[in-house]
Amino acid sequence: MTKAILSVRDLCKSFGALKATDHVNLDLCTGEIHALIGPNGAGKSTLIQQIAGGMAPDSGSVHFLGQDVTQLSTPKRAQLGLARTFQISALAMEDTVLQNAMLGALGAQGHVFRFFGAASKDRALREVAKTMLERVGLADMAGARTSDLSHGQRRQLEVAVALTLKPRAFVMDEPMAGLGAEGSARLTEFLSDLRQEAPILLVEHDMDAVFALADRISVLVYGQIIATGSVADIRAHPDVRRAYLGEDA
Amino acid sequence: MRRESLINVLLAAGLLGFPLWAYVMNEPFLITLSTRVAILALAGVGLNIALGLGGLVSLGHAAFFGIGGYAMGILASHAQSYAPLMESPFLIEGTKSMPIIWLVAIIASGLAALMIGGLSLRTSGVYFIMITLAFGQMFFYFSISWPAYGGEDGLSIYVRNGFPGLNTLDPIQFFLICYVLLVAVLFFANRLAQSPFGLALNAARQNAMRVETVGITPYQLRLTGFVISGMITGLAGALFADLNRFVSPSMFSWQTSGEIMIFVILGGTARLFGPVAGAAVFIALEHILGGLSEFWHIYLGVLLLGIVLFARGGIIGTLAGHEVRHD
Amino acid sequence: MSLILLIEQILNGLQFGVMLFLTAAGLTLVFGVMGLINLAHGSLFMIGAFAAAATAAATGNFALALMASMAAAAAAGALIEVCVIRRLYDRDHLDQVLATFALILIFSEGTRWMFGSFPLYLNIPEMLSGPIALPGGIQYPLYRLTLIAIGLIIALGLFLLISRTRLGIQIRAGESDREMIAALGVDITRLYTIVFALGAALAGLAGALIGAIQSVQVGMGEPVLILAFVVIVIGGIGSIKGALIGSLLVGVTNTLGAVLLPATFKLIMEPATAATVGSSLASMLIYILMAIVLIVKPTGLFGVRV
Repeated sequence: MTKAILSVRDLCKSFGALKATDHVNLDLCTGEIHALIGPNGAGKSTLIQQIAGGMAPDSGSVHFLGQDVTQLSTPKRAQLGLARTFQISALAMEDTVLQNAMLGALGAQGHVFRFFGAASKDRALREVAKTMLERVGLADMAGARTSDLSHGQRRQLEVAVALTLKPRAFVMDEPMAGLGAEGSARLTEFLSDLRQEAPILLVEHDMDAVFALADRISVLVYGQIIATGSVADIRAHPDVRRAYLGEDA
Repeated sequence: MRRESLINVLLAAGLLGFPLWAYVMNEPFLITLSTRVAILALAGVGLNIALGLGGLVSLGHAAFFGIGGYAMGILASHAQSYAPLMESPFLIEGTKSMPIIWLVAIIASGLAALMIGGLSLRTSGVYFIMITLAFGQMFFYFSISWPAYGGEDGLSIYVRNGFPGLNTLDPIQFFLICYVLLVAVLFFANRLAQSPFGLALNAARQNAMRVETVGITPYQLRLTGFVISGMITGLAGALFADLNRFVSPSMFSWQTSGEIMIFVILGGTARLFGPVAGAAVFIALEHILGGLSEFWHIYLGVLLLGIVLFARGGIIGTLAGHEVRHD
Repeated sequence: MSLILLIEQILNGLQFGVMLFLTAAGLTLVFGVMGLINLAHGSLFMIGAFAAAATAAATGNFALALMASMAAAAAAGALIEVCVIRRLYDRDHLDQVLATFALILIFSEGTRWMFGSFPLYLNIPEMLSGPIALPGGIQYPLYRLTLIAIGLIIALGLFLLISRTRLGIQIRAGESDREMIAALGVDITRLYTIVFALGAALAGLAGALIGAIQSVQVGMGEPVLILAFVVIVIGGIGSIKGALIGSLLVGVTNTLGAVLLPATFKLIMEPATAATVGSSLASMLIYILMAIVLIVKPTGLFGVRV
């Protein structure tokens, strides 16, 4: 197996008596799409939060590019190249599409504390932002107000902003949610190519997309990873069929 | 030209034209009134950076306004009594020079903003409002209980401070100083809003998570914005004290914070010229309604309530409508 | 400094603290349940004081004056809740600040218009005036001691109300989940009005009780309001327990600081400077306390939310 870009070791997080994350181990390796699936309430969001830096684990560690990032904040992890997209779009809704993308480029570039020149005239930022909008097919919408975008377009913009970070790994929380068949198909194709650029940890409910895309799948149930393996492995795994697909094995 | 830009030009021209007309008509009181508008607008432009751009509802900007005022009062009172502020380890003397006073006011209020912001930005939302209000009140009580500079009675300055080459005692010349400063700061505020920093601060207001996810820490953005905001309001405080040739603890009072906020909201939050429109309307109301009734604050309250409940864009928002800022 | 003086000052601090609690309790409840910041809470405090002073002047009956203060403040509270505040629950904090600031302007000027600018006086009833001898030879004003007792009784009553009664269950449910209690069939609109009026009544009562020590005048509410904010920041939003502990902490710190700091500085400085520095520092003491709590625990001592 190739080298792990992102690795989660023995991660635990409890809320009172509820073990939301229970000794989770997870690797994301170069060139792969690693899908994380599980029934509602399995603790996927909590796990993603801990990986991205929004929530501190009780114990265990998160390593990114060989560095222990468990104690690092979300911005620090983003600076290292961990890009995240949200289940519910987290965008600056009053700003234009281009401004959102430029914000990403600005974060990646790091020179935020510039008070005079107009951001819109910064050619470096503009180039990066425009390129990434083009890649996701939003170039035509660059001047539109983000709140005027359709749901699907917002998902595309989320991905574009993540791309501006030139990330070393993606963490995507249900990017297909609410996209519709055509949109899902297009995004599936896009993500399939994207894995060569940086590996993707993909949380997704759309099983067609997961089975089409994933190199590996991990199944999270009640905070525990009950199985990790190829698509075929997971399809055949009796525990998974029982716990997740609700079948009697 | 966009409708808002047109309104802005008209406001800028009006604020200049009115006192010039008053000068021709020999109405010094109206010039002074215009000077008040320019200075209070400046205070509002400061608050608008925190409030409009950063989404930071500060109810403590009187602290910076008052610090600016006292920077002027303290420096000028020492100059007027020829007693240095301190002699050891090095000599600091008072001054009657406006540029130096402005600089001191800006630095002092910036430091206070760094302290207040540094603490209160650890929280957000309603906590932030209460804490800024409380810190403002702290300065209020401190200014009352510290007797060296007049305590409760405040501090009078006999002669307005000087500006090289100008006669600041002439109302129209002092107005022009304030006006030029206001326009310069408006220019700066406009650049700031469009700068990379402004883009990030504005995005942090809309969605802090978005900003964090691209590797920017909202706290640093907000603190920087808050300090810039405090500095501008501090400069306005120094001018206000010079206009009245008097500083008192009332500059620190929570009503002052509330009024500065009213200028911003009345004009239109996050609108560049919102504070100018707001301060002009406020002063006009004070002048007209205040002449009709001793209790004009009731009408002001009703008007404000009406704006909050029914006309949320303020004056400029209502006139200019909702437009997207294209780049 | 003698021990007796110290005990007296601690009692003064407690008395100030419980009165702060009456004001802060309503604020923190309204914030906890409705998520609303109400700057006009100080006006309700003032309305209570004016209602009491007017009633006492007309009837000469202090108990009646206290009841009038609660009734007037509760009525004013219910009125603004129905007319204005209700429209603000779903608005952002900025709108709440502005609208309630507008209410302050209206209430303050309205009161000035009705009662004039001169302060009114509310006399302590005969029965409660004069000092009382405490163990240890301490002479302490009976009225102030009564205030401490009233404050503590009301604090106890509030705890019982919230932990034991149906209304209390609804309030606690409202703090954690609005939709939940609506789903349980609680009339949420009515609940909000009741909570708001209850908080108003407590503030009004505090205004009346304090009014008998100080003078009753326009603008008396806002300094108390801001101190109540300090209390809430220290105690944590939405927590009655936090409000009580915070109030007592602020009350005692404020009162003791004003006495102890100048005295302490006298040990190391010349008396005149010591008095100046000491009293100036004392005026900032509770804000410094607030700053320390913010550094150590930004959510307040008993709060959970930021």
